[in-house]
Amino acid sequence: MLTTPRAWEVIGTVPDPEVPVISVVELGIVRDVAVDAEGAVAVTITPTYSGCPAMYEIEKDIRTALTEAGASSVTVRTVLSPAWTTDWIGPEAREKLRAYGIAPPGRAEQGGLITLTRARQPVTCPWCGSRDTELKSEFGSTACKAIHVCRACRQPFDEFKAL
Amino acid sequence: MTAKAAGHDDEPGIAAGEAAAGTRPVAGARRAALGDPLVELLFRLGDDRLILGHRLSELTGHGPILEEDIATANMALDLIGQAASMLKLAGELEGKGRDEDALAYFRDAVQFRNCLLVEQPNGDFAQTMARQFLFDAYSVLLLDELSRASHAGIAAVAAKSLKEAKYHLRHSSEWVLRLGDGTDESHARMQRAIGALWRFTGELFVADEVEAAAAAKGAAVDLSGVQARWDTMVDDVLARATLRRPTDTAMQRGGRSGRHTEHLGHLLATMQIVARSHPGATW
Repeated sequence: MLTTPRAWEVIGTVPDPEVPVISVVELGIVRDVAVDAEGAVAVTITPTYSGCPAMYEIEKDIRTALTEAGASSVTVRTVLSPAWTTDWIGPEAREKLRAYGIAPPGRAEQGGLITLTRARQPVTCPWCGSRDTELKSEFGSTACKAIHVCRACRQPFDEFKAL
Repeated sequence: MTAKAAGHDDEPGIAAGEAAAGTRPVAGARRAALGDPLVELLFRLGDDRLILGHRLSELTGHGPILEEDIATANMALDLIGQAASMLKLAGELEGKGRDEDALAYFRDAVQFRNCLLVEQPNGDFAQTMARQFLFDAYSVLLLDELSRASHAGIAAVAAKSLKEAKYHLRHSSEWVLRLGDGTDESHARMQRAIGALWRFTGELFVADEVEAAAAAKGAAVDLSGVQARWDTMVDDVLARATLRRPTDTAMQRGGRSGRHTEHLGHLLATMQIVARSHPGATW
């Protein structure tokens, strides 16, 4: 019989399909897990970006993992509020991102509108640790990433954008 | 037909009465066709983003440089994702069993409520980015207001979309600066693009009965306040880009009531053909 803590553990083994070094729980998109007396599991998730195409994959992977772990049924509900923020990614997961070659996100801007030409903090190269890096593109291989190049080690790298 | 049973009469008594009296039933018909103002508001929000998202997706594989190919594809994805959330909510509130796909693929041009600005063709890259900038500035300010709406569903979708819209605005405003304050050629093209699109910006701030009725149902937007902040933001970027703000432009409108430019029909033909040729198909 599946318990709620065990269900959290099981979902914690589901990797993010696009950044497989961290789990969907570490990514912060699993907002709630509840198991009832019959072993039916209700999972609440929130999307990273509105158009993130990985959400369908993630929902399917969560269903499969829970069903294999003995859930009698699985319902997955998507909520938009509170809106996902990269601030929910914890220190351990940030280190995993860095080791994988993705610069972890800085702090998300809180409130306020937008400063159009704000001076941007340089992003630290995940490979050599240099701060002498250059933004190449605000948009990268997935919605959540930007592309930078390190002037010191000359490696291009992804940055997980603060959102 | 269940339209009458659901309270969405298309042939309202007031219009019939005016028609019988020999007057054109324009005002009455428009008021009666309003239905739930929140549904109408969500159609406007969702259709703006669906149509602009589709326009940007036309550049996928055709971007002028690789980074912009990726950027426009990413922005298209965000916008279409936002549209899906907004139209899904519209369909739920409407209660006619239409989901976001039904609303995107099985309405005709006259039923779309997007502003005229977003349906304009991509043109050259200056026009693509000018259109994006003029819309993004409006979008960020509007979503910021709606993120504080007392209607929880609308506040949630606005707050979510706002985060993405800020990234888009940063990107498009930087291109307006770079091209405006660039070479003679890039400056001329950006100035031309701003001039060509300016006539479609007035419509963004025209308050009508939908805003008033939506405010009463928990989604208030102060469009004149949005306009004042938009003016400040746009004037600032144009000035720094050494661009001239157009004056004496006769403003075009009609998108919010389904009267579109010729471009929307062509766009919809491309966007909807697969869903309409193979209804219910999944892959």
